[in-house]
Amino acid sequence: MIAIVDYGVGNLFSLKSSFAAVGAETAVVSDAAGLRAADKLILPGVGAFGDAAAMLRESGLAEPLLEEVSSGKPLMGICLGMQLLFTKGLEYGEHRGLDLIPGTVRPIAGVIPAGLKIPHIGWNALQLTAPEDPILRSVRSGDCVYFVHSFFAETEPRYVSAVADYGAPLTASVRRETVWGCQFHPEKSGKVGLGILRSFCEL
Amino acid sequence: MITKRIIPCLDVRDGRVVKGVNFQGLNDVSDPVALAEFYTENGADELVFYDITASAEGRKLFTEVLTRTAERVFIPLTVGGGINTVEDFDRVLKCGADKVSVNSGAIRRPELIREAAKKYGDQCVVLSADIKRVDGEFRVFARGGRDDTGIEAIGWIRRGVALGAGELVINSIDTDGVKRGFDLELLERVCEAVSVPVIASGGAGRAEDFIELFETLPGVDAGLAASIFHFGEVPIPALKKLLAEHGILVRN
Repeated sequence: MIAIVDYGVGNLFSLKSSFAAVGAETAVVSDAAGLRAADKLILPGVGAFGDAAAMLRESGLAEPLLEEVSSGKPLMGICLGMQLLFTKGLEYGEHRGLDLIPGTVRPIAGVIPAGLKIPHIGWNALQLTAPEDPILRSVRSGDCVYFVHSFFAETEPRYVSAVADYGAPLTASVRRETVWGCQFHPEKSGKVGLGILRSFCEL
Repeated sequence: MITKRIIPCLDVRDGRVVKGVNFQGLNDVSDPVALAEFYTENGADELVFYDITASAEGRKLFTEVLTRTAERVFIPLTVGGGINTVEDFDRVLKCGADKVSVNSGAIRRPELIREAAKKYGDQCVVLSADIKRVDGEFRVFARGGRDDTGIEAIGWIRRGVALGAGELVINSIDTDGVKRGFDLELLERVCEAVSVPVIASGGAGRAEDFIELFETLPGVDAGLAASIFHFGEVPIPALKKLLAEHGILVRN
């Protein structure tokens, strides 16, 4: 069973539906027991980094989540949920993240050429930098996925498994041991996205 | 880089697609769920559902259809029609919509844009505007293009973006249904005025119209159409192949 961590941020309808479409059983979980009972964890999120990080802590789920991850349970963060995996975020001030992957979530405005629209919204191609990553096994460089974000994760290249070119290479997916993250929305990325979710389920 | 999006638009009344016709391999072309799945399999980058129902019963059918679609279609879904309050946003987002488009509701009460953007984020709020030339200026029309509001369109769009609209659907009443191409003059004015994504609507009659749109106005992010897709006049896979041959980036 895959636990979709519900800490009051965002709409979980599409995530639930997309996992159902790949034949996976999910439960929306908002307590520590639910996290412990799950085989794998999904950390969703939309909105601003600071608010979401605070809500995750106040929900009391951050600590048990970290415990489960330290025991080796696979975790995937999606969109803002992926950004929360990092050390800190610089959206409306500086905020602490879960620090599961070293790195900082910064505005893309600082790295892309002037004139490009922000947010980075729409379908963009993945360039795989770690094609051996098991959750990317159905993905080829050039496959498009759906992005909506104004901030990106700046981290060491060894944690980056794919980037998307938006005038600069933006971190699209990351992995550190059993922690994965997708900046894009696999649940809104058609067959390519469903393939990634299926691969995560089959880990 | 970001690809140009091709977006079919489905008008839904009482749970059925209006003007649904003739698709090979599709038995019930007026079933929104079946049509949405068909488009998703055939290269659509996003879908827009407009609820053109007037009754409460029709609205209920619409949300049921939306829910069933969102359970099976895994590309972005935008919903419009009858959105007047933040509660209306909530209603369709809970059924699986990703973005909500506002039109007459925002004209009546522009604060709706700010309230919804604050609650759900700018990326969730699409401002849709029906625009027509009147007395030498672009005017915003309300109620499905029936009422001249007297509001100058470019100023309205600027205001909408300032209030928090994260994307625009620009529908030209002058070119809508004429099938001689998008309203490039209007769209150019819009692209100059704002920096959020712009979706062009109204006037597509053939694949070449999309080439002209994206080649002339690189600032336009997407082309939206209904009948030419529904009637099979322009199949989306063929359209995308043609766009790619002209060097326009599309999702394959």
